[in-house]
Amino acid sequence: MATLLEIQNLHTRFYTQGRVIKAVDGVSYGIDEGETLAVVGESGCGKSVTALSIMGLIPWPPGRITEGQVLYRGQDLLSMNAEQVRQIRGKEISMVFQEPMTSLNPVLTIERQLTETVESHVSLTKKAARQRAVEVLTQVGISDPERRLSQYPHQFSGGMRQRVMIAMALICNPNLILADEPTTALDVTIQAQILELMKELSKQYGAAMILITHNLGIVARYADRVNVMYAGRIIERSTAREIYGNPKHPYTLGLLNSVPRLDETVKKKLVPIEGQPPDLGADTPGCRFLPRCRLGDPQTCGGEFPPLIEVSPGHWSACFKFDQVGKVAS
Amino acid sequence: MTEALTQTAPSNGQPLLEVKNLRMYFPVTQGIVLQRRVGEVKAVDDISFSINQGETLGLVGESGCGKTTTGRCILQLTRPTAGQILFDGEDITKYNNEQLREVRKKIQVIFQDPYSSLNPRMTIGQIIGEGPHVHKITTSKQETESRVKELLALTGLPTDLHSRYPHELSGGQRQRVGIARALSMNPSFIVCDEAVSALDVSIQAQVINLLEELQEKFGLTYLFIAHDLSVVRHISDRVAVMYLGHIAELAASRTLYELPLHPYTQALLSAVPIPDPVVEAEREHVILGGEVPSPLNPPPGCVFHPRCPIATDICRSEVPVFEEKRQGHWVACHHALSERNLAAIEGGKGQAQ
Ligand SMILES: Nc1ncnc2c1ncn2[C@@H]1O[C@H](COP(=O)(O)OP(=O)(O)OP(=O)(O)O)[C@@H](O)[C@H]1O
Ligand SMILES: Nc1ncnc2c1ncn2[C@@H]1O[C@H](COP(=O)(O)OP(=O)(O)OP(=O)(O)O)[C@@H](O)[C@H]1O
Ligand SMILES: [Mg+2]
Ligand SMILES: [Mg+2]
Repeated sequence: MATLLEIQNLHTRFYTQGRVIKAVDGVSYGIDEGETLAVVGESGCGKSVTALSIMGLIPWPPGRITEGQVLYRGQDLLSMNAEQVRQIRGKEISMVFQEPMTSLNPVLTIERQLTETVESHVSLTKKAARQRAVEVLTQVGISDPERRLSQYPHQFSGGMRQRVMIAMALICNPNLILADEPTTALDVTIQAQILELMKELSKQYGAAMILITHNLGIVARYADRVNVMYAGRIIERSTAREIYGNPKHPYTLGLLNSVPRLDETVKKKLVPIEGQPPDLGADTPGCRFLPRCRLGDPQTCGGEFPPLIEVSPGHWSACFKFDQVGKVAS
Repeated sequence: MTEALTQTAPSNGQPLLEVKNLRMYFPVTQGIVLQRRVGEVKAVDDISFSINQGETLGLVGESGCGKTTTGRCILQLTRPTAGQILFDGEDITKYNNEQLREVRKKIQVIFQDPYSSLNPRMTIGQIIGEGPHVHKITTSKQETESRVKELLALTGLPTDLHSRYPHELSGGQRQRVGIARALSMNPSFIVCDEAVSALDVSIQAQVINLLEELQEKFGLTYLFIAHDLSVVRHISDRVAVMYLGHIAELAASRTLYELPLHPYTQALLSAVPIPDPVVEAEREHVILGGEVPSPLNPPPGCVFHPRCPIATDICRSEVPVFEEKRQGHWVACHHALSERNLAAIEGGKGQAQ
């Protein structure tokens, strides 16, 4: 499969209260046409900031992309002019946010919000745009779409608003959908409805999807490949089966041991990762996971940051001791 | 109606808490000056269960189904519309204020949001020490201080934290402070309302383990409220599944997963993804259509019928009785033991293995 989007050595920083927060600290990954790629990691590790950087939505002040490239079909989005970028963002690349109320305008009808995007990007007539709006609303499972078009966001339930967000993301036939925790705020039966819908429609549209989540179950159910993030970096990458079945980073293993499984037959004691995630504003040398790691030692891991290397075909790990992960009793 | 039901779901051992036919209806009013009552929200509508000494009962269900309201009734933070709450055999809904003050020491709560449940102007030491001081569990300043230090150590917090403020702590640390505060009164029963829901998985596991250790150490009894079924099933001995103010099913954790008799439980289990791509690829996903109806205007008959794949006429007109269909396994469904339902469970299993 051809690479659709390639992020290279991305650095995004926030300058606040005299401190520099390295929210994204050298992230590189690619996504192929049509695939579903997950980015998983705990709160504050830089998942959203990575997505916002791709979309050019980092607010300055306080944030800025300081280094790196975001290549969309070979062209760097970060060095394009505003008009070129506008043609791609929102049309070929669209985004679904965690909280639909922050991205839906409360004083505009659903129709206005849906048609605005198509009219500005694909120059459809008003009538054609409306028709397209009805079409996508139907696809996302909203009944009586004609009537719904004249309503406002507050007249929709949380699950329905999320469907509208998805409709908005699909209306221009995107090639890539960035879905940032698209169902985190929803109940699990609604979450399942929405995720099935997104899977179905991304397949139908042939769109690739970057699925950002902290839920390891969702990743297991929907993702082809997985990037595990910790403290602003990708620390492991592989297929979902490899990541879960044969993790090569102690943080990944730690995450897997932390979550209770619905299908556990005998009760297993959870093995938490001790300590706290690091302060992204502190400049500590070496591996950022070292203070919480059961495997690491300052001699091996306290000097330079372990680079992300290919430890077996298609499986990448940023750990000097990758070959001992899961082997020693921990 | 299920008015006649006075039994509660039993299990071995002595019940510490018994909830009988609990109802909590909130009035809905209209008008600002002259408030007219235009209806009521049936937040909790006739639920019964019991919790044994030293046991953890999980309470799961989707947003708005009445979990928090149930917890608040037990804590006597709201006076229920009807029903009994027996604590140690005595109906605390009949207690006067003096009696309530006493029993409240025994029944404590840990909330979801460690950020908003701690007073930002108090030090951690003051927050934890307040209860013992006010209730004269400790009698001197030194005694309170040493009690605080003991509780900090017990919950895995550094003892020098006592002079710090909540905003200086991480989410996981704040949740531990919440636990320490609950323990400060030497309770026997703790309502944990989404106590780990806001935490990252690695921190969540720390707090779950802590709750389990404390239970073992002090013989605590928990009502563990959460919407995450995997977490609830892990920590609970038995689990009650709520839907729109009713308990749909109550069974031992293991039974609930292996033989879910209520179609809602089946759908809920199926909707929860398991963190294992190999298992997920094999599993059948039953996706429930529609959304939860408003509790202001619940459907007649079985409240689940509009979304239920096996509903029939009787479900649209008659409220199913919450009864013990198998030993220790309580279900409110007209078709719980029907061939069709049992076949569906078997079918789902076949797919899963
Ligand atoms: N506008 C901002 N100003 C300052 N710091 C910011 C800003 N936005 C994000 N950050 C910081 O950047 C880091 C990464 O944040 P990000 O939102 O990407 O995390 P995340 O992985 O998406 O977490 P979550 O799972 O909680 O959504 C955090 O430490 C955060 O505090
Ligand atoms: N004080 C109140 N006045 C009126 N209605 C209320 C009140 N408290 C709760 N309700 C309603 O009662 C129902 C049950 O609410 P409750 O908070 O118990 O749900 P829950 O299961 O805890 O949900 P969540 O998972 O979102 O916390 C909801 O419809 C809610 O809007
Ligand atoms: Mg985020
Ligand atoms: Mg609640």
